[in-house]
Amino acid sequence: MLAVPATLALALVVLPVVGLLVRSDLTRLPSLVATPSSWHALRLSLLTAALSTVTCVLLGVPLAVVLARARFRGVRLLRSIVLLPLVLPPVVGGLALLYLLGRKGFLGMLITTLTGESVPFTTTAVVIAQTFVAMPFLVVSLEGALRGSGDRYEQVAATLGARPWTVFRRVTLPLLLPALGSGVVLSFARALGEFGATITFAGSLEDVTRTLPLEVYTQAEVDIDSAVALSLLLIVVAVVVIAVARPRSWEGGLR
Amino acid sequence: MSLTARISAVRGSFSLDVDLDVPSGHVLALLGPNGSGKSTVLGCLAGLITPASAEITVAGRALAGVPPHRRGIGLLSQDALLFPHLSAADNVAFSPRSTGAGRRAARERAFYWLAEVDAVPLAGRRPGQLSGGQAQRVAIARALAAEPDLLLLDEPFAALDVDAAPAIRGLLRRVLKTGPTTLLVTHDPLDALALADHVAVLNDGRIVERGPTREVLSAPRTAFTARIAGLNLVAGTAVAEGLRTASGAVVSGLPADDVVPGEPAVAVFPPNAVAVYPHDGEHRGSPRNTADAVVAALEPHGPVIRLRAEGDGWAHGLTADLTPAAVAELALEPGSAVTLSVKAATVAIHPAAASPGSS
Repeated sequence: MLAVPATLALALVVLPVVGLLVRSDLTRLPSLVATPSSWHALRLSLLTAALSTVTCVLLGVPLAVVLARARFRGVRLLRSIVLLPLVLPPVVGGLALLYLLGRKGFLGMLITTLTGESVPFTTTAVVIAQTFVAMPFLVVSLEGALRGSGDRYEQVAATLGARPWTVFRRVTLPLLLPALGSGVVLSFARALGEFGATITFAGSLEDVTRTLPLEVYTQAEVDIDSAVALSLLLIVVAVVVIAVARPRSWEGGLR
Repeated sequence: MSLTARISAVRGSFSLDVDLDVPSGHVLALLGPNGSGKSTVLGCLAGLITPASAEITVAGRALAGVPPHRRGIGLLSQDALLFPHLSAADNVAFSPRSTGAGRRAARERAFYWLAEVDAVPLAGRRPGQLSGGQAQRVAIARALAAEPDLLLLDEPFAALDVDAAPAIRGLLRRVLKTGPTTLLVTHDPLDALALADHVAVLNDGRIVERGPTREVLSAPRTAFTARIAGLNLVAGTAVAEGLRTASGAVVSGLPADDVVPGEPAVAVFPPNAVAVYPHDGEHRGSPRNTADAVVAALEPHGPVIRLRAEGDGWAHGLTADLTPAAVAELALEPGSAVTLSVKAATVAIHPAAASPGSS
């Protein structure tokens, strides 16, 4: 009974990739990929995705702990708000960032007055856009794990004389590692594929804001073969990410 | 390091009002059914719940407003809750490490306590590789390694299977002899009997009865205690075939795994296991476990009549449940001479906590 829809679902995932492979001219592939602009794009993509993943971890872990453990009023509303970037079209997110941090945005004006710099259309803007869309993946995956395990281990640790910070470092964090692993992979992958928010908030400037997906989009308008080749490159990077950092929790190996 | 606690708490429609006193080094059992407020008491003591009002003093130190990690109160619950990412030894070393001991000193203390609970061979294992009983052993070592002023035991045998529970019960009896002041929370009168010298019975947020464990359990003064703990208890010394009472009579029964011959023990059996015959009757059933007595009282107890006996031997104070028809047929009334008989297979022999004031 389940075999038919399951096969269909698998086909929907696999066949488009096959289509891309069939369409591509494998003999020309090296020359198409090895252009300065695509190397710039690849390097920029890996750099920004890594930076935004680090930002996601630094900001998202505390947020997830607060959301899972806090008992104040309105925490449920906060939980929904955190999911906003997940359901918002990325283009809308990019526009929202632009009107916050752009020259006319209230925070952007403040930054420009204080430092003379402006955020949009810089590499920083790329990282901010990617963090914006990727953070919910990390927070959701961590918060689920935190609420699933409850705070019984933390309570026991407290009765054993461990201070709150010790409890967080020696109990909460280690117990979170599997979920953190899958959260990191998910948010890195999401950051790597980010397009809509980036192009509206950061533009498409080669070697500054033109990440790999933006490069694919640019090439698709002038040289479709080159776009296909770059897409394959993105697929390879994605597969490597999953293979290297495959979260154990996805395979039922939790514990 | 005595405990004095006065706790008032309201949670929804449930209100709790309890005061407890445990002298230094003693074990108090808080006995009550589910929903009677036992967990709330524990949560308040451990500092995990903030009650409406509480005066808690442990070892002369007031604990109101003190965070859980500075209370010096250990907690052992029915699930071992060993940290799954640490080995058994590291679990036991967790408290020493967290409270400032060096790596080596913590490890030494961990192995000392693992040895105390006969769990040294398990030191390198992860909690996932331990059975329920083994995990609970390690959890006991972990709780004791924290050297708490007060140890809270929350139904410590409830999650263990029938084979593992007696061994852990015996282990706790042993370590608590020299251990910290302890509050045991349980719904099982046998746990109270095995570990605690005093018992307080909790019903719907109030303590309805308290006193030495054996007295409270064998002669409940409230109907509520009688319902949850109305057991016949005969005290004495464990012998191979059962229990020798103070008067020298032997009560045959089935000894629990942790009974040591020569140690204090109690024979436990329910009132409906006691058969009643006229004094000069022929039907004595099994020749063992019979005693002559006199009917002291007959009281209705639900659908049955509960007979309370008095006499010189171990039959003194026993209760027997009879149908109204049997009472009429035997023409029983206070003062009637009877012979009580208990089938050996219904008698469980358990080790008893040596309670002051009884032989």
